[in-house]
Amino acid sequence: MLAWILQTTTRLIAGLGSATLGALQGLGKRALFVWAVIPALPYSVWRIRLLMKQIYFAGVLSLPIILTAGLFVGMVLGLQGHHILTTYNSEEAVGTMTALSLIRELGPVVAALLFAGRAGSALTAEVGLMKSTEQLSALEMMAVDPMKFVIAPRILASIIALPMLAMIFIATGIFGGYVVAVGWLGVDDGAFWAQMSEQVDWYDDVINGLVKAVVFAILIAIIALYEGYESVPTSEGVSHATTRSVVHASLVVLGVDFILTSLMFT
Amino acid sequence: MTRQIKAEIGVGLLVLITLVSMVFIALKVSNFSALQDRPSYQLEALFSNVGGLTVRAPVKVSGVTIGRVAKISIDPISYRAKVAMDIYNDYNDLPMDSSASILTSGLLGSQYVGVEIGGDEEVLADGARFNYTQSALVLESLIGRLMVSLTEGGDK
Repeated sequence: MLAWILQTTTRLIAGLGSATLGALQGLGKRALFVWAVIPALPYSVWRIRLLMKQIYFAGVLSLPIILTAGLFVGMVLGLQGHHILTTYNSEEAVGTMTALSLIRELGPVVAALLFAGRAGSALTAEVGLMKSTEQLSALEMMAVDPMKFVIAPRILASIIALPMLAMIFIATGIFGGYVVAVGWLGVDDGAFWAQMSEQVDWYDDVINGLVKAVVFAILIAIIALYEGYESVPTSEGVSHATTRSVVHASLVVLGVDFILTSLMFT
Repeated sequence: MTRQIKAEIGVGLLVLITLVSMVFIALKVSNFSALQDRPSYQLEALFSNVGGLTVRAPVKVSGVTIGRVAKISIDPISYRAKVAMDIYNDYNDLPMDSSASILTSGLLGSQYVGVEIGGDEEVLADGARFNYTQSALVLESLIGRLMVSLTEGGDK
């Protein structure tokens, strides 16, 4: 009996240890990946054509989903905000509420989540397939650094594309809120815009929102490309990597958003 | 049309839409235009209590914004709150005996400096100080005074 208890506890402790070591190893591998990408980044700035193609894939092709989602999120905010604010007789504040929640939180976060699903998954699948069809090895055989030609342009393109998409998301969202609040629910047009520009600060709100979007872009790109680059080179491995990429990226975006918010808006 | 050209048109379009969004957010949504440094001169005022006044709060005459609060500090001599205000150069003819008071927009709104225009011939120059000020209304002391006057009234 005693021996059995001892054995089970040892196994439990060993399991805990192995899980911790695994997590640390994963973290270390990601850090090494980032370390290897950093020197390749300045190189890819001058490869305008490669960069342009990646911005097209990551940014331009994400436009329809960003526009649609932004419009509907803004419309819902206008509707709900108006619903609550009428009980306090201050439905003019609906503009302020819509704008602030979009600029500070929803714009960067929802755009980042959509980006992780729309572009991040594609990056993982593409790089994972490149690996499983040994294109990456072929590049290395030709003395072409895949970090410079495959990974770096994609990271840079994400860092450029996501902040732009977040800004577009915010603008369409506010327009959606305007359509619902002023066009449909009859909030005063002048008060809507005047209160908004009174309360929204360019540096504290808009610039901080942009900083958030840049941070999210870096995280999403690194997670997506790492998962692709380190995926098991089988069809199953690539499919797992794609799933992990979207799940991890979404969770990291939400977690880091909380940290950034607590640092920025005190 | 080659793929490269298509990508370039797409990216160009993306940048264009982003720029339109940025201009919209800057001009219509945020206070970007109000932050631009308009040529201004500085005035000071001493208050015994600034309440919830913050830097960049508006300075108003008859409800029209004529400047912004630049700095709030403690005057080292009188230990009262010293509020420095940037007043736009368009309004460089405020009479010497104008008074500054800290007011609240609406019942629970943000606080601003309201300037009541006087009748003096001389005007406040750059760096001058308002001679007449009225501090922020503190709800607690107001209620306290009301309570005192009510209980005194009850004794009679």
